[in-house]
This record gives sequence, C-alpha cells and structure tokens, in this order.
Amino acid sequence: MTEAIHIDALVKSFGRTRALDGLELAVRTGEVHGFLGPNGAGKTTTIRVLLGLLRADAGTVRLLGGDPWRDATDLHRRLAYVPGDVTLWPTLTGGEVIDLLGRLRGGLDQRRRADLLERFDLDPGKKGRAYSKGNRQKVALIAALASTVELLLLDEPTSGLDPLMEDVFRQVIRQEQHSGRTVLLSSHILAEVEALCDRVTLIRAGRAVQTGTLADLRHLTRTSIRADLAGPVTGLAELPGVHNLVTRDRRVHLDVDAEALDPVLRHLASAGVRGLVSQPPTLEELFLRHYDGTGDGTAAEPAEVTT
Amino acid sequence: MSGRGAGGYTGTGALVRLALRRDRIMLPVWLGAFVLSAAGSAGATVGLYADAGPRIQAAQAINHTQSLVALYGRIYDPASLGALAMVKAGSLGSVAVALLAVLIVVRHTRAEEETGRLELLGATAVGRRAPLTAAFVLSAGTSGALAVVTAASLVAAGLPAAGSLAFGLAWAGVGLAFAAVAGVTAQLTRTGRAATGLALAVLGVVYVLRAIGDTAGATGPGWLTWLSPIGWGQQFRPYAGNRWWVLLITLGFTAVVGAAGYALAARRDAGAGLLADRPGRASAGATLGTPLGLAWRLHRATLAAWAIGVTLSALLFGNVATNLSGFAGSSQARDLFGRLGGGQQALTQAYLAAVIGIYGVLVSAYGIQAAARLRTEEVSTRTEAVLATATGRRSWLLAHATVALLGTALLLALTGAAAAVGYGAGAGGLSQGWPVLAAALAHVPAAWVLTGLVLALYGLAPRLVTLAWAGYAGFVLLGELGPLLRLRQAVLDVSPFTHSPRGPGVPIAAVPLLWLLGVLAVLVGAGLVGFTRRDVPVS
Repeated sequence: MTEAIHIDALVKSFGRTRALDGLELAVRTGEVHGFLGPNGAGKTTTIRVLLGLLRADAGTVRLLGGDPWRDATDLHRRLAYVPGDVTLWPTLTGGEVIDLLGRLRGGLDQRRRADLLERFDLDPGKKGRAYSKGNRQKVALIAALASTVELLLLDEPTSGLDPLMEDVFRQVIRQEQHSGRTVLLSSHILAEVEALCDRVTLIRAGRAVQTGTLADLRHLTRTSIRADLAGPVTGLAELPGVHNLVTRDRRVHLDVDAEALDPVLRHLASAGVRGLVSQPPTLEELFLRHYDGTGDGTAAEPAEVTT
Repeated sequence: MSGRGAGGYTGTGALVRLALRRDRIMLPVWLGAFVLSAAGSAGATVGLYADAGPRIQAAQAINHTQSLVALYGRIYDPASLGALAMVKAGSLGSVAVALLAVLIVVRHTRAEEETGRLELLGATAVGRRAPLTAAFVLSAGTSGALAVVTAASLVAAGLPAAGSLAFGLAWAGVGLAFAAVAGVTAQLTRTGRAATGLALAVLGVVYVLRAIGDTAGATGPGWLTWLSPIGWGQQFRPYAGNRWWVLLITLGFTAVVGAAGYALAARRDAGAGLLADRPGRASAGATLGTPLGLAWRLHRATLAAWAIGVTLSALLFGNVATNLSGFAGSSQARDLFGRLGGGQQALTQAYLAAVIGIYGVLVSAYGIQAAARLRTEEVSTRTEAVLATATGRRSWLLAHATVALLGTALLLALTGAAAAVGYGAGAGGLSQGWPVLAAALAHVPAAWVLTGLVLALYGLAPRLVTLAWAGYAGFVLLGELGPLLRLRQAVLDVSPFTHSPRGPGVPIAAVPLLWLLGVLAVLVGAGLVGFTRRDVPVS
C-alpha cells in the first residue's frame, strides 16, 4: 500500500516553543485520514510543513513521493488546501477567487465548480469583504474541491458552516473518497471525523499519541455499562479494568476497559441481569481521556451518558 | 438606543490607553521628525538671513513668483524672519501633519473594524461612540503635543515666542481638521485603505484650492483659500500678525465635521460602510489567473488614484511655471531655488526642478506602500493560499515587485508629462517638454531603491518591513536639513535622493543612476534569497 504522506520524527520550533516534537504521521493513498488534536497541538503547523510553507528543523517528510519544501511548486499542482480561517481579498468576488486559485493550481473543472456552487448555495458575485465566515469557508472549499487533484489538505475546513452545509460537506468528501482521492482532514469536530475517516491520528503537544482505525482506537477505550441486577453483587471493584463504579441498591453503573469486558459481564451475569445498557466508547471520550491534561490516561470526567 | 452601553462613550479611556500602547513608538517618532524639520529650517534661516535686506529680497522673490506662491503660499510680512523661515513648513509641513492625523484616526477606527478586532472590543463594555472618540482624543492629543513641542523648539531656534506659538497652533489646527475629515471618511468606506485614500483626496483638493486662491489676482477667486484647512493654517499668519481668531474657524470646522462623523457612525451597522458594495463578476476575467494578474488587480485602484492625483497636480504646478516673473534675474531668487531643491539653472527650470524633486520624494512613498503590500498579504494569511497553489515564491514576490517598480516609474513619467504639458500650454509650445519628462524619469532609480529596501526587508526580516518608512523619513530629513546643517557630503550620499539629477536644465549624469540601479538589484536579490528560504507566514 502506498503512502500519500509520510512524516517521521518531525521537529519544528518557533523560537523557544517546540510546535512539533517528533511527530509521526502516515496517510495511505486513497484514505480519508482524520487528524485530531486540541487547539495548539500542532495540526496547522504540520499542514504548513506539508505545504512547504514552513521548513522542518529535523525529521523526514514525504508528500506524494516528493520533498514538500524542495518540490513545493510541482507538488502543489497535485493537491489543494483549505485553511481553517479563510481570508479573502476584500475587492475580489468569491467566483473570482475560486477561478484564480484554480488557475494558479493549474486547472479547474468548470462543471464541478457549477455543481458545488449550487450544492453549497454560494453567491459567487459577492465581494470578499461581504461574505460571512461560513461563506468565506465555502469559497475556499469550492476552490479546492473543484480542482482535479490527488490530495486534499483540509485544516478544520467546516469551521463556521451551518449543520446543513456540514452535511453537504460530508456528502462531497464521501464522493471524493469513492473517486480515489486522498484526504487529510484536520478537525476537532469528532462527529465529522467519526462519519468520514478511515483512520485517525491523535496528536498532542506536537506528538502523535494514537493512530489507527476508529475500531482500533475504540478498543483502547472503555465501554460504559449500566445494569439492573436480580440480586446483590460483590467484588466488582476488585476486578481489573473497572472504573467509576457506582452501586445503588441493585443498580450498577461502571466503565470498563475493552480487554476486561468479558470477565466483568460474566460477573454481572452471575448476579442475574434484568436490564443492561451498554454505551460504546465515543471518540469524544477517547479525546477527553487523551487530552484531559492529567496525562495518565484516566479521564477526569468520563463522557457519561445518562438516560 | 442611546443608553450608556450602546450609544455612549463607555470604555473610551480604555481604548485610548490601548491605542497609546500600540502607537508608543510611532507617535514620538513622528513628533520628533516634525520638531527636527521645523527647528532645522528655523535655525538655518536665522543663520542665513540675519540681515533684514537680503531677507526682504528673498521674501519678495517668493511673493512675486506665482508658482512658488502656488506651491508654498505667501509671506505676509517680508521683513519677518519667522515668516520666511517657516513658509515651507507651513505648507508642505501642514500636509504631513494632516497625513499623520488621517493615519491615526483611520488606524484606530475603520482599519480596526475591518480586521474584526473592533467587534471583539464592541462586544465588551465599549460604547458605540467610544472608538471614534478614542481616535479623536488620540489625534487631538497628538496635535496638541505637536503644537507645544514645535513652538518650544522654534523659540529655542531663535524665533519670537508669540509667532512660534501661532505656528504650532496652526499645525495643530490642520491636524484637528483632518482628524475630523478622516472621522467621516472612515464611516463611508469599508476598508481602512479606502478611508485613508478618500481623506487624502480631500487633502489634495484643499491644497489645490489654497494654491488657486493664493495665486488669484485682486479680481480672482481669492476666497478659495478660505475654503481650505491648509489655507486657514497659513491665514493664521504666524510671525506676520498672528491672527489668533483664525483658529476659531478651524475649531468650528472640526466640530461640525466631527459631529457629522458621529452622525454617520450612528446610521450604519458595525463593519458596513455607507458607500454600498456593488456585486461583482461571478467568474474571473482572463487576466486574473497568474501571480502578476493578481498583483495588478490588487494594486490597480491605488495606482489609479495616485496617477490621477499626480497628473492633475503636476499639470497645475507645470502651468504656473510660465508665470515666473519679476525677480528672474536676481541672485536671491536663484539662491532660494537652490535651497528649495533646484540647481543653478535658469529660474523657470530651477522651479520645475524643485517641483519634480518633490514628486520624486512623494512617488517613492507609492513604491514603499505598494511593495509593503506583500507583508499585508502575508499577515492576512492570503499569501499562504497563493503559495499553496503551484505559484512559486519567486514569482509571487516578483509579481508585486514588478507592479511596485513599474508603477513608480509610471507615476514619475506622468509627473514629467503633465508638468511638461502644463508648462508648455502656458509657454505656448511643448518644445520644453522632453527635458522636463527626462528630469522626472531621472528620479526613478532613487525611488526604486526605496522599493528595493522594502523587498529586501520583506525577504530577510519581514517583521521589520515598516522600517522602510523610517528609512524614507530619514532620507527626506537628510535631504531637507543636511545642506542647512552643512553635513559632510559622505553623510548626504547615504540618501538615494541625493543622487537624483536636479533637472531640467542640468545634464543627467549616468553613473550615479547606474549605481542606484546596482543597489536596487542587490536589494531585490537579497529579498528573493531571503523569501525563498524563510518560513511563511512569519507573524
């Protein structure tokens, strides 16, 4: 399997701040790869290195088989980029910006441009300064999506879009996926990543802390269980992998590590189960566990779902 | 909706403190430059014209030369040392004062609103009138400080105290009036750039009104001077009667126009301008598809405004060259033109040389402004969007450099052509045209060096791009004051303006121009090398 992006031990500092500190990232050709992390984790810096805007201090970076710094101009014909905070030229219309960026990249699919304008419901005749944040974001999205490129680098591309447009965005990205394009999607909208991404990489403080498919990552986290039991149960707290245990009469509420699920369920069953609600681990929970700041992997506030 | 929160002045004090924090370097530098140039010309004149005889001759030479009156205004008391010393500072200096007032007000109102920062503040406990009030307070405070320090420095240079105070107040009055004008234009347009442009257009118009009014004969429209804030500054007549009551006109104008600014601000939404946005084309035209095409599109409106301003004013100043009369042969007149920037040629030519020299300096500012656009683009993150396409860094920098350099050359060509036509139309033939055009074009290399300075800074030290303006101010001051202070030639040679030939009427030496072009090449090369090696964006 070929890789569209391969980053190994990437270091980038700004003055005394180490923005990227040995980052690893591998994006396979044809996949939609989620790039998750809190604000300031280094997502934008990584994408700017990939675009050849920032020069890496150390480490290797390969992009579409080339060196993103040295071969920037040639590589940029094969990719399109959407920043998270789009600034447009105040005197240029949205339509002009879409055409301009397309031409500077080396071509634009006119039919696709028209189709996207309609789907995103954008008026291309307005001046850049007259657009709202969401509409500026649409201009950049259409400019990127209407070009015929292999790779899309999207840096929080849906910030400012309303839910309707967010949905259009997901549909379009799924189409891109079917037509074989590679997408690196930086985001902190977890639902978006869950809906679209084949694999995800979580970064914190300039390092990758997890990478894998969503199923892989789920395996690393906990399932939340609520059970109504027939009789009293003891010894649950002593079982390995049980967290946040709350017992009230014959009701039990606990979180359990994925690998400890089987013995815990057996133990519950031995007391007689009358009702059981199991909440699969959400990406949000995973996110919180990694980023709660304690660093020891235990969630300060587990994403508990009460019904 | 005139509650204390929404309509009031709440938070003005905090905004003023914020503005002072942002401008803590810029304002003292400007004030220092004004004081230095005022005290410098005062001191030099005191030394040069201590005797009344030559002084009166020089003053009458100016008053009898229509073109100089158009450029600088009249000297209302030929015997007054101060009136002669400050004639240039009272005219061109006033323009700089007005410029500062406009920059301050727009910078803290429309420019802030454009970036959205004002919205951030507006959502806190800041009243609707607070931003404009804070800008007015800052600008008025600056004008007041300018009046005090200028008057003090003029007294120290040996001029009478009352006249010095009048001169300081005349400058301050111009500053107040244009702060009010900028307070209005900042409500009309959506961008800070356009608001500044509109205010400067007003400045150009009132300068010309004064020029026409001052040169009108007894039966002509002399009253036009009284429509111009620049004219009021001169009608204050520092050192020549000190007519304090004129200040009341300025204050009245400031109050009325300032109130109009508030009224307009109350009638519009945050972020919006009163001049409506027309919808544009839904797709790009044929030229908008290359880095150069984009650069041209971004620069063309500003360049067009400059072109119109330069052409019209050069026509006027060229035309009055034909009215040179009276003291054409006197050595005082020639000496005067020598000091004003002309050479030792015939009087008409010396006048044209002085005018063209002023344009050489002015148009350099266009080059700096245009090249500095690269930095604006980078800070706004638009450069990233362009460099993320197949556009190389070299072609992006060179696209803007091309427009800045060719624009500068075009403006000087227009200056020369318009001055030649204006002069030729008055003199009854265009035969004098070519030397005038050539003289204007000879200023191109020096102006280009300043553009090159911006490009080099942009590539090597992008955070320091604004230093080019400090360099510009330094070079202008060196040209103005260096000869008066009798600085050594080696010091004067630091300024590129020193090397521009002062034609027409003197041969254009190629060697200094080639040196300037060599310096330009080095600066552009340094900019390219720096830009292709550094991170983008550097914020």
